[in-house]
Amino acid sequence: MAEKTGPGMEFVRRHTLVTRLTHWLNVLVISLLLMSGLQIFNAHPALYWGEKSTFADPWLAMTSVTVADVPRGVTSVGDLQFETTGLFGFSGKQGMGEARGFPSWATIPSYRSLADGRMWHFFFAWLFVINGLVYWLWGLIGGHIRHDMLPKRAQLKPGHILHELVTHAQLKFPKGDEARTYNVIQKFTYLAVIAVILPMMVVTGLCMSPGFNATVPWLTDLFGGRQSARTLHFISAGLIVAFIVVHVVLVLISGVWNNMRSMVTGKYAIQLQGDRP
Amino acid sequence: MTATTNRRRWLGVAGASLGAMWLTACDKLTADPKFSGVLRKAEGLTMKAQRLVTDRKALAKEFTSVHISRDFKSNGTRFPTDEDYVALLADNFAGYKLVVDGLVERPLELTLAELRQQPARTQITRHDCVEGWSSIGKWTGARLGPLLDRAGLKPNARYVVFHCADTLEQTLDGTGKYYESIDLIDAYHPQTILAYQMNDATLPVGHGAPLRLRVERQLGYKHAKYVMRIEVVENLDTVDANGQTVLGRGKGGFWPDRGYEWYAGI
Repeated sequence: MAEKTGPGMEFVRRHTLVTRLTHWLNVLVISLLLMSGLQIFNAHPALYWGEKSTFADPWLAMTSVTVADVPRGVTSVGDLQFETTGLFGFSGKQGMGEARGFPSWATIPSYRSLADGRMWHFFFAWLFVINGLVYWLWGLIGGHIRHDMLPKRAQLKPGHILHELVTHAQLKFPKGDEARTYNVIQKFTYLAVIAVILPMMVVTGLCMSPGFNATVPWLTDLFGGRQSARTLHFISAGLIVAFIVVHVVLVLISGVWNNMRSMVTGKYAIQLQGDRP
Repeated sequence: MTATTNRRRWLGVAGASLGAMWLTACDKLTADPKFSGVLRKAEGLTMKAQRLVTDRKALAKEFTSVHISRDFKSNGTRFPTDEDYVALLADNFAGYKLVVDGLVERPLELTLAELRQQPARTQITRHDCVEGWSSIGKWTGARLGPLLDRAGLKPNARYVVFHCADTLEQTLDGTGKYYESIDLIDAYHPQTILAYQMNDATLPVGHGAPLRLRVERQLGYKHAKYVMRIEVVENLDTVDANGQTVLGRGKGGFWPDRGYEWYAGI
């Protein structure tokens, strides 16, 4: 399976076709879902806990207030208030600003249209679910989850985890045999994304549906009500954004061309170490 | 200028241009009827999937009186200014009569007193707005199913249309009048009622006096307020001899005519 290249280098097959296809489809679909989701959020840029909205007391809100004839964007989180003009609450080009939760460059469509945002969101939500099902079915049947994603016993030893955390923080990336598999931090992070955060998006999304509430009422109760589900949908989306930022930065600094090649063609170059062939 | 700052600037410009291209592309695709037509296919899939996994009579969650919202939001029309409505309101709806017609064997005209004698149901439910917020209220009203049975549906009856008193958008062709429609599965759902009471009091104007629809497994905009007439039809997009749609713009409701889903279960 490995082919030899130059001295001290070896190509291994890093990612299977299914991993690569589902990965890049997710790049597109999640981008569209995030941006159309922010459009939907903008229709009522406030979040609550529980079943119902307590309009006077959201835990998070983006509003526009006029101070001395100048409109300002204000974001409040609990009792804290931040001025976020240009980003949250009020944004837009000079003289063309408008009251809106997220700015127009972050939403699909860029102009305000809840109906169009929903049209994008629910189409790509279906693609997202189908893509996820393909990945999980293939991963469970084909062994990708068991062999590549679940940490090996040796990787779970506290000493090893500590060692990985330290070298990761120093931005020293694995070489040689260690680079053949995901390290334990990668495994934990990817598992959290594919097994917790992404499914959480689907489930909390469904829990906002009045039709689905009648199908499985206990599921919405589990999250503490429809408004809690909406809040958790938003927080999970935030976690995805945080993951993407860290993921992209690490891809860039740990050998961007090698990483990109492996996710496009499947081939990943490994630098052989020491006296091993 | 150093090579690094040059490269950073170049990358920044490239990133911003790519972002702008992406946004323009998404806006153009949104406006493209063929593309949006494909995206809108998801609505049918969602409806079929929800209907497949949901019992026809599965109830929306009901709450107890402690959960009732004290700040239940009034949305859409809050006070109709349409002449006919203003006249009815001035008389406290003494002259109000709900018309039930269309594909029925026995068209009906019912006063509020007669509606209050119909088989009724009281429910404390959560109202989910398409904008994302929710409020909880207690509703009492005549069940739609028995009312339709009293009128007797003709064999080709498929949809129930609710014609409202309020004009939500001023238009030249009159398509700004509010209306909504549901199919017979939702029409015969036990929680589908024509509410004349909210939170144990007469239905206030802001929430649709004298009569509003409650169709609890769908979003708020389906819950037509100020209901004046119930028309049973076979199709929602029927056109007349001039090629004009008979009902609004042919999508089965004020908001569906403006791009929102007709099936508002999600």
